[in-house]
Amino acid sequence: MISLSLSNVIELSFNSLSYAALLFLLASGLSLIFGVMRIVNLAHAAIFLFAGYIALEFYNIIDGTTSIMPRLMQLIAWGIVYFAWTGLSRISTEARACISLLLAYVVLEILSTLLFGVRLYEYLFPTIAVKSVQKINFFMLSAAIAAAVVMVALGGMFIERFFLRRFGQDTLAQVLVTIGFAFILQDGSLYTWGGDNFIFEKPWPLNASTVIGGISFPQYRAFMIIVAVVVAIVLFFGIERTRLGAIMRATVDDPEMARGVGINTNIVSMSIFAIGALLAAIGGVVGGAFFGVYPGVDFEILPYAFAVVFIGGLGSFAGAVVGSIVVGFMENFGTALFPELSYFALVAPMAIILAVKPTGLFGKG
Amino acid sequence: MGNNNQRRRILIVLGVFVALGIVTPFLDSFMQALVTEILIFGILAMSLDILLGFTGLASLGHGAYFGVASYASAIVMTKADWTWTYGIYTWASSSGLGIFYLFIFGIIVAIAFSAFFGFLAIRATGVYFLMITLSLAMVIWGLAYRWSAVTEGDNGINVPGRPSLLGISLDNDITFFYFALAVFLICLGILYVVVQSPFGRTLVGIREREERMEMLGYNVWLHKYLAFIIAGTFGGVAGVMWTLFNLFVSPPDVELITSAEALFMVALGGPATLIGPVIGSAIIRTLQQFISIYVERWPLILGAIYIMTIMLSRLYGVDGILGFASKLRSSTAAASNSQD
Amino acid sequence: MKNRWFAFLAAAGLAFAISAGTAQAAKEVRIGFIAPMTGIFAQIGKDMSNGFKMYLEQNNYKMGPLKVKFILEDSTGKPAVNVRKAIKLIRRDKVHMFIGGLLASTGYALAPVADRNKVPYISPVPAADDLTQRKIPKYFVRVGFTSSQNSHPLADYAYDQGYRKIVTIGADYAFGYETIGGFQRQFEARGGKIIKKIWPKLGTKDFGPYLPQIPKDADAVMTLMVGPMSLAFPKQFRAAGFKNPMLGGVTSADEFILPAMGDEALGYVTAAQYSAALDTPKNKAFVKEYNKRYGKMASYYSETDYTAAQWIHLAYKKIGWDTSNPLKFLKALRSIRIDAVRGPLYIDAYGNVVQNSYIRKVQRVSGDRLGLGVKPDSLWNMVIKTYPAVSQFYKWSPEEFLKQPVYSKKFPGCKYCQ
Repeated sequence: MISLSLSNVIELSFNSLSYAALLFLLASGLSLIFGVMRIVNLAHAAIFLFAGYIALEFYNIIDGTTSIMPRLMQLIAWGIVYFAWTGLSRISTEARACISLLLAYVVLEILSTLLFGVRLYEYLFPTIAVKSVQKINFFMLSAAIAAAVVMVALGGMFIERFFLRRFGQDTLAQVLVTIGFAFILQDGSLYTWGGDNFIFEKPWPLNASTVIGGISFPQYRAFMIIVAVVVAIVLFFGIERTRLGAIMRATVDDPEMARGVGINTNIVSMSIFAIGALLAAIGGVVGGAFFGVYPGVDFEILPYAFAVVFIGGLGSFAGAVVGSIVVGFMENFGTALFPELSYFALVAPMAIILAVKPTGLFGKG
Repeated sequence: MGNNNQRRRILIVLGVFVALGIVTPFLDSFMQALVTEILIFGILAMSLDILLGFTGLASLGHGAYFGVASYASAIVMTKADWTWTYGIYTWASSSGLGIFYLFIFGIIVAIAFSAFFGFLAIRATGVYFLMITLSLAMVIWGLAYRWSAVTEGDNGINVPGRPSLLGISLDNDITFFYFALAVFLICLGILYVVVQSPFGRTLVGIREREERMEMLGYNVWLHKYLAFIIAGTFGGVAGVMWTLFNLFVSPPDVELITSAEALFMVALGGPATLIGPVIGSAIIRTLQQFISIYVERWPLILGAIYIMTIMLSRLYGVDGILGFASKLRSSTAAASNSQD
Repeated sequence: MKNRWFAFLAAAGLAFAISAGTAQAAKEVRIGFIAPMTGIFAQIGKDMSNGFKMYLEQNNYKMGPLKVKFILEDSTGKPAVNVRKAIKLIRRDKVHMFIGGLLASTGYALAPVADRNKVPYISPVPAADDLTQRKIPKYFVRVGFTSSQNSHPLADYAYDQGYRKIVTIGADYAFGYETIGGFQRQFEARGGKIIKKIWPKLGTKDFGPYLPQIPKDADAVMTLMVGPMSLAFPKQFRAAGFKNPMLGGVTSADEFILPAMGDEALGYVTAAQYSAALDTPKNKAFVKEYNKRYGKMASYYSETDYTAAQWIHLAYKKIGWDTSNPLKFLKALRSIRIDAVRGPLYIDAYGNVVQNSYIRKVQRVSGDRLGLGVKPDSLWNMVIKTYPAVSQFYKWSPEEFLKQPVYSKKFPGCKYCQ
């Protein structure tokens, strides 16, 4: 056991808070999706990783390091696939449409390779060269992040619309499908961007640290806290004060009733999933500048996100806040004080809380 | 008629395994190892089927019992300064009984953990049950990773060799395959008896209509709890077998992926069929071994297969491969009936 | 007459074809290669296999009369999968040897597989000390380095710089213990003091719990980071206001991670048996060629595997391309001296390489000064001092060295910790 001085405690608390902030960004989306849709999204951390990569790619596109062409071609290619699919499924069943589309693809792939030497899959699944961003431009970064967050939210909507929604209340099937997506997103990012470790250089005010009373406070950590607080406030008022929030709360409380009073629960679900993905994306970009973007970060951070929601309670906003603070402090102080048992310091309280109250501290049901 | 059908099915299954026992020695040694691996994961998937298929409880933490038993048996064989485990183990080994001690020890540990975890988890239902089992498995994973004084942490535990079975060396692949086949058939037999017993039928009743069973005076909680422990026990058997097979245990063996894979095996083969999960195990293990040889980005393919499996089984009402087979049969039967 | 000639020719041709065919079949060497191609270490795995393949491609997959069959298996970076893939390579592909593995733990897991199956295992990367010290497997040769090999000279260098009080921070697993342990032993033998030892867990992303424990008045910090940790640590360390000089083990700032690093890494001093900035014609040619083929800076992972392939080639040459006897092959492998990309190498009596240890400093090199045809104005590990022919036992005799236990979290103990 290590004795801590006051300045150590202050510094550790600050670090704990900043880590909690990052966890909140990740876990709030997870919790939100669960609260409204009862879906345990095991692909959530993969979305987090994906967002970091996409932001990096957009930055690279904006500053001219990489070309936008492969992405545009990919969009066009998938657009064609989509229209073919909708057209086919209108005249037949969806399953038959899928199978005939797959067959058509195989035939076309062979033909185009033999006749023109063109590999179609290179358009459907392009590989894209990205580089770590060294000298960063604040405005370009913001643009890249905004674009990435929107893209990821759209991707989330896609997953919800075409896969998760079909399973209704079948939670097991939904969980298994999200695991499938976790595989695909992780390995897909390895395929698309290669496995190099990337990082965002932080723009000026964020890369320095402030010294107060002999303790230095890295400004980026402060920035993470600020982002999380802003997101938390927006989320809170979004849930409590807006129409969407009201609809959402109604859906959480009683989905049957909500449908009965004419709420389109499909649209609610889709927007919730998009918002969840968006939160993960913000976390991914913020975290990407902090510890880098690399395949595997998703499976590493997922247990922490789950610890947050287990402790706080799935589906509870207050739970996500409290849970991430608890985990942030447990992780930092636990690691500093009992390095041998650091992970245990995290999971033991979780197990105890679950044993006493299976729905977590703030969970309902 | 039903009885006849059942007898025929048992005969078919037995026939398949006898054939497997005859054919496997003639395969190359890689395929022998693959078949052995399939049998081991088959035990794991069958044990999960008791919970998922028969009782209707979806556990996302079944890897935990597999993992603790696997670690327990590895620790028994390697921690030379622990008299209670290593001392007894070496003493038992000297008379050819070491392997029984391993199994007894591994199973007791698995039972202890599943009894404790089951106690925490059984109260919850549906998605909460899923979450609690997941989080409890995380506890095991954390212990494997961080409690390095016992588990060797990231390094994992290397086991020097397999103990002999009453003087028969298991180091040979073929003998070990027969041993695995024997253990597998024993597990299959016991689980089959469990499933066919009144207890097993009650489990199915609970899966279908829990409230009704409660009203009929069944102790639903106890039935679920026992099912949980039985599943954990046989998961433990699979864990001990895995240590003996691979002679190496490390934290990734206890990861979420192991639990998830077991679920996919059950879903792919057909839940509530016992033998379906074994087919699932065969398919997934074979795919993993072979796709990675030919396709560099194999997790991508595996992920797509997982999603497709679930889509097909849930959306088109096909309960895995066995479910598909029986559906096919009943539809042809219906067709021939309508012709009559 | 004509017919007889024809028959004779046909028979001769047939005999030639048959003999060539059998010779061809007999003269194949199958090499299994296990590296992570998916998951967190995928890119390192790529560096490893690229290095090995580059040598084979340069030689058209031929070693003298031997045709090389190269079989790559994905280990996903998990020890258990490594074991399974090794078994697959041995049984299904009947390989003559297998190569690879990444983490020290995989080395410990794979070596018994080699001994059980009597198939040589050649380790270019896994650096677990004991495999060539206290628990030497029979079918094992290391052509890379031991974890502590470069740490001993680095400690000498650090002491010579006037550092007396150093804090260590190293990844919490075998490779970390051994790298840091070697450093501590030599540094304290010279009279320096290690005043604190911190062990962040493998894969740490946020160093928040560890940074406050580092005393600001330490003369330097000695790090051992692996994978993504190497990228995150210097950034968070400098952002937290630390000005102390940084020293590090091989993987703390190697070329694998260097292109992603920024100014925070400037001045980072690490010790390794290789640097891409090594100013020798051989290395320049290697780096240029590697960059041309794979569009990347060569890392020690690529160099050590390239050299491993070269080493195997030379060993087979020495025994007359005889692939039938693994022990003979291993003996040859252990006995040759080679002039590799990274310098002159030979293997000691314990199965580990004796090689130069380079003290390298991260510097920004403007323009293409090194003439390597690589993007200008990037970070390089410039060699500032060379310790020639460093053995795994450094200045101790093997007997004396082996009397102590293997470096671990507990050994050497922290005498001067506050």
